[in-house]
Amino acid sequence: MKKRIAAFFAAILLVFAPVSAASAAETPARPGVTINVYNWGEYLSAGGDGSMNVNAEFTRRTGIRVNYTTFEDNESLYSKLAGGGANYDVIFPSDYMVARLIREKLIQKLDYKNIPNYRYIDKAYRGGVYDPKGGYSVPYTWGVVGIFYNKKYVKEKVDSWKILWNPKYTGKILMFDNPRDAFGIAQKILGYSYNSARSDEWNAAAKLLEQQKPLVQAYVMDQIFDKMSSGEAWLAPYYAGDAVTLVRDNPDIGFAVPTKEGTNFFVDAMCIPAGAKHKREAEAYINFLCEPDVAAANMEAVGYSTPESAARKLLPQEMREDPIIYPPEAVLRKAETYTDLPDDVSLQVDALWAQVKMGGAGQTVTLIAVLAGFLAVYIGVVVFKKIKRKRELR
Amino acid sequence: MKTVSKVYAFLVFLFLYAPIAVLIVFSFNGSATMSRSVWSGFSLQWYARLLQDRMLLEALRNTLVIAVIAAAVSTVLGTAAAVGINGMNRWARRAVMNVTNFPMVNPDIVTGVSLMLLFVAVSKAMGGRSLGMVSLVLAHITFCLPYVILSVMPKLRQMDPNLYEAAQDLGCPPAASFFRVVLPEILPGVVTGLIMAFTLSIDDFVVSYFTSGTTQTLPIFIYSMTRKRVSPEINALSTLLFAAIILLLIVINLRTAKDGQEKTAGKER
Repeated sequence: MKKRIAAFFAAILLVFAPVSAASAAETPARPGVTINVYNWGEYLSAGGDGSMNVNAEFTRRTGIRVNYTTFEDNESLYSKLAGGGANYDVIFPSDYMVARLIREKLIQKLDYKNIPNYRYIDKAYRGGVYDPKGGYSVPYTWGVVGIFYNKKYVKEKVDSWKILWNPKYTGKILMFDNPRDAFGIAQKILGYSYNSARSDEWNAAAKLLEQQKPLVQAYVMDQIFDKMSSGEAWLAPYYAGDAVTLVRDNPDIGFAVPTKEGTNFFVDAMCIPAGAKHKREAEAYINFLCEPDVAAANMEAVGYSTPESAARKLLPQEMREDPIIYPPEAVLRKAETYTDLPDDVSLQVDALWAQVKMGGAGQTVTLIAVLAGFLAVYIGVVVFKKIKRKRELR
Repeated sequence: MKTVSKVYAFLVFLFLYAPIAVLIVFSFNGSATMSRSVWSGFSLQWYARLLQDRMLLEALRNTLVIAVIAAAVSTVLGTAAAVGINGMNRWARRAVMNVTNFPMVNPDIVTGVSLMLLFVAVSKAMGGRSLGMVSLVLAHITFCLPYVILSVMPKLRQMDPNLYEAAQDLGCPPAASFFRVVLPEILPGVVTGLIMAFTLSIDDFVVSYFTSGTTQTLPIFIYSMTRKRVSPEINALSTLLFAAIILLLIVINLRTAKDGQEKTAGKER
């Protein structure tokens, strides 16, 4: 029996046993290994309807298998990386998250020798503020934030974020449900930088958002698609790339970038986490995604903009020349990119965001009073039951 | 009065089933815009897409594999534990039951985070293997176990404790008397526990979210679509799962009804 138990534990140990990772630096990409890729949900061409199944194609060309999983926002990607326990080889953080991961040494430098297709990336998209020396990331997509509006109800020209504060549209306005994007809109109205380190500027932005709150129907992310197409909401800020289908399929819906104040230019990049087990194969994967035909297939499926002119040329005409996906130079010149905020500022932003959404940062005294009340009732019930039972026993 | 109660029952069922009805209706929506609120003709395109979506099918497979293993293992462990706990004296039994009940009232997020910390520490000690299928199965067994114990316990308490000894008096060896006498008596509780563990495991998001490592289950996969849009493929999949569960419930109910009839018939004879 003891032997059997020992064998059982040995088997468990085997399951956990480390893969003997030969130092990947010099060795060529090995076929047969499996890399773990962690990307945004619905952010890669997955095949179907005659499109390219990018992961299957990669495996076919290189023999490297892909374990492809998805996340919903930068913060959950961060917590997975920082929490440990998951060994990813390729991840897709956005601009400010790239900066934060670099600062916290959670991603490693890329070996661009192994990513020859980096040459396809246009100069304009290299070395953004989040990765100024350009050693850690390869841009995958980019885009701008703009306002969707229902042409039936919104007749005026949409060229300023201030329209989201117009009481005429009370109850028909949607807002981002994440702090960076929501605060960003208020910051641009006030003429501040997205990456301001001054706490008074953030406070002023929060005040502006609080003023807007009574007009807002809901703070949402993906629900804007349904709410906009059904006419439940008339105005919503969102990412340009996601919206192309919305605008194309629904003639009533328009999209405009607020040119008066400027907007957010965002980049989702490809990085390799520190301590990745298959760095060489991960670089092969990044290289593969930079292949113009692959990049074009992805952009066609995803709807975002590619940083490669070679890939853009391969896109169908209506996508290649869509002013939503590829906005004019003037828009881009006025746009600003997020980068990492210092720790104390990002704490302040979280607190302010909670305050905006919940109206007051959950006063500790009330919380304690409520908890104490519950506890008192509970103890009261228990004591009452005990006394009752004792009386009955007598 | 009767009409009032009928209306009330109708409202309750409406409230319970309206979301599922909407979900099923929109799984047949023909729109290519993936709309979940504007109807544009009947089609089966989402079912066709569903069968081609390898990522979704893989997530579904992971979920089912985990649920089957977790339900089976936690049922075996839980039944054995319940038998052991039942044999204890009163104070020990109470103490142990409190300990086993605790994870049920513990919020999922606490269970999830603490399991993650444990798994990360263990995997680090074992050479930095990534969390994945193994840690997910272990986590699911952990939170299913108390439910199995809880559903088996009452059956054991109802059972005549002398049955087991009587079987041995008549010359049945201990193991055989457990399987041939005790197990049939508590079987309804065991089956309930098994089904409960299975559904809990399929359902679980929070604990899986923290312990999944590089493996993706269906709930996590669906949640990750929320920056873009949750595809109507999910409606189609949910419809299929719903149909499968309804079918299963009907079969189980028919069988128990038949059993009941046979039993009453047997008694009359």
